[in-house]
Amino acid sequence: MRAALPREHRQQAEGRDMRVLGIETSCDETGVAVYDSGAGLLAHRLHSQVAMHADYGGVVPELASRDHVRRAVPLVREVVGEAGLAIGDLDGVAYTAGPGLMGALLVGAGLGRSLAFSLGVPAVGVHHMEAHLLAPRLEADAPAFPFVALLVSGGHTMLVDVEGVGRYRLLGESVDDAVGEAFDKTAKLLGLGYPGGPRIEALAAEGGPSELRFPRPMLDRPGLEFSFSGLKTSVLTALEKAGGELAAADIAWAFQEAVADTLVEKSRRALAAAGRERLVVAGGVGANRRLRSGLQAMAGEAGATVHFPRPAFCTDNGAMVAYAGWVRLAAGQGVQGDGFQARARWPLAELGPA
Amino acid sequence: MRLLAIETATEACSAALHQDGETRARFEVAPRGHAARILPMVRSLLAEADIALSALDALAFGRGPGAFTGVRIATSVIQGLALGADRPVMPVSTLAALARGVVRERGAGHVLAAIDARMQQVYWGEFRYTAGRLEALGEERVCGPAEVTVVGEAAAWAAGTGWSAHGEALAGCLPVPVTGIEGERLPQAVDVALLAAEVLAAGEAPLDAAEALPVYLRDRVAEKPRSAR
Repeated sequence: MRAALPREHRQQAEGRDMRVLGIETSCDETGVAVYDSGAGLLAHRLHSQVAMHADYGGVVPELASRDHVRRAVPLVREVVGEAGLAIGDLDGVAYTAGPGLMGALLVGAGLGRSLAFSLGVPAVGVHHMEAHLLAPRLEADAPAFPFVALLVSGGHTMLVDVEGVGRYRLLGESVDDAVGEAFDKTAKLLGLGYPGGPRIEALAAEGGPSELRFPRPMLDRPGLEFSFSGLKTSVLTALEKAGGELAAADIAWAFQEAVADTLVEKSRRALAAAGRERLVVAGGVGANRRLRSGLQAMAGEAGATVHFPRPAFCTDNGAMVAYAGWVRLAAGQGVQGDGFQARARWPLAELGPA
Repeated sequence: MRLLAIETATEACSAALHQDGETRARFEVAPRGHAARILPMVRSLLAEADIALSALDALAFGRGPGAFTGVRIATSVIQGLALGADRPVMPVSTLAALARGVVRERGAGHVLAAIDARMQQVYWGEFRYTAGRLEALGEERVCGPAEVTVVGEAAAWAAGTGWSAHGEALAGCLPVPVTGIEGERLPQAVDVALLAAEVLAAGEAPLDAAEALPVYLRDRVAEKPRSAR
């Protein structure tokens, strides 16, 4: 069997394109993709478990792990076939190694690491948030470094100054609930079910301004931290006070306004504080249209540009893992040795430059 | 017959290479160390025997029951190896591997295998070894130690961590005499390899990588909220 590193070096020396398989299993989506360093993204597919978890009102980690292990191999085959390749044509394998659900991460890591082992190609454990940060670079209008990234999902709310690959400075994050979590909890209060984001957005489209106005958390003080747990309480209070008179659609609208205004204002401050002219948005909440239009308007006023990856690459996906994996592998930063590991917690700041 | 086998469903992490009747093995008790150790074990076995994965007839793995994460590590690792080397897979019961070890080392003919399943339960399997084949007597299951049932009538060996955790309750259910108790015994890849070799030799077909799936036995792992039922 060939050792892992020589093939990579040989391949780099020959200047051939490199095809990297990406596997994402950190939460409730099984995502697989192939990225080609010359031709770009060749194929990507996603199996979403959202419907399975919806009955439980949220992600059940053990069920997520069980589903990943059933779905991953067929997805890998489909994606590699769609890319017009055979498994043996892969030059590297990337898998999300954290942060995320430990059991779920280990499925992708075990599959990815052992696939690379048997092919004799390098493997790399990708940082999930780095993959989100780099996802917009898959698009035709890829933003140049440096930029400020707004990462908004069910697990994270953060503003990061991105100078280059692996050169990340955390500008601010949520001190309590992630913004996606706030959507889920509010949806639950409104009897909308899980996941909350798209449902609240749909209901809000039927609502509009009323006497209701929710607080914009932490806008009254300087700094780039977020707090969303209080909003849920405000929604609850509004529901109780209204006694059914206030339309749920108006509550959803007011909630969405409060969230979007907060994210827009903090993003504006972050661009100013870091002295950047580009804002990159990633994470599932980045699919929210009210947030998108708010950010566009703010960027216009601030003389900045805003980049959104297509919605499929905002949420968890394999494409961003394949891409981030290629970036790291091209820099010779693959896994050393045959072991693999996953980390439930993994601060972005621990990453080094590529 | 040439087979690679791995077993990571319990505190033990092991790999074995079975080549024409000769078996090499690596075995370590390494709780939470399986992900770091299993592939280095595989590489050292392949290097020592100077054989490539692609030259093997099949890749066997302990498919559980056991710790959920450990069972999935074995499954996803074998899936990846099989996918890359284009080899078929052979799932083997972790309880059967435990029993096969007692057959191999003690010459047992009847084994009551119990793995501690936590939550006051055991993973339970009863096996008989005759004419070079291990045969399951009754279904494998997860249950309270006082709820196990025994089908066979011969004296039996008792093996597995279920016996050290719940020996008294289990012994209370036994209609047969016990030859010996091995309450510390853990399943080993060498026995996964033996069992896979035995069933393949008997003509059973191996599976595709996508069909390499865990058997958990404990399948009620979450409660749906009342509103969703």
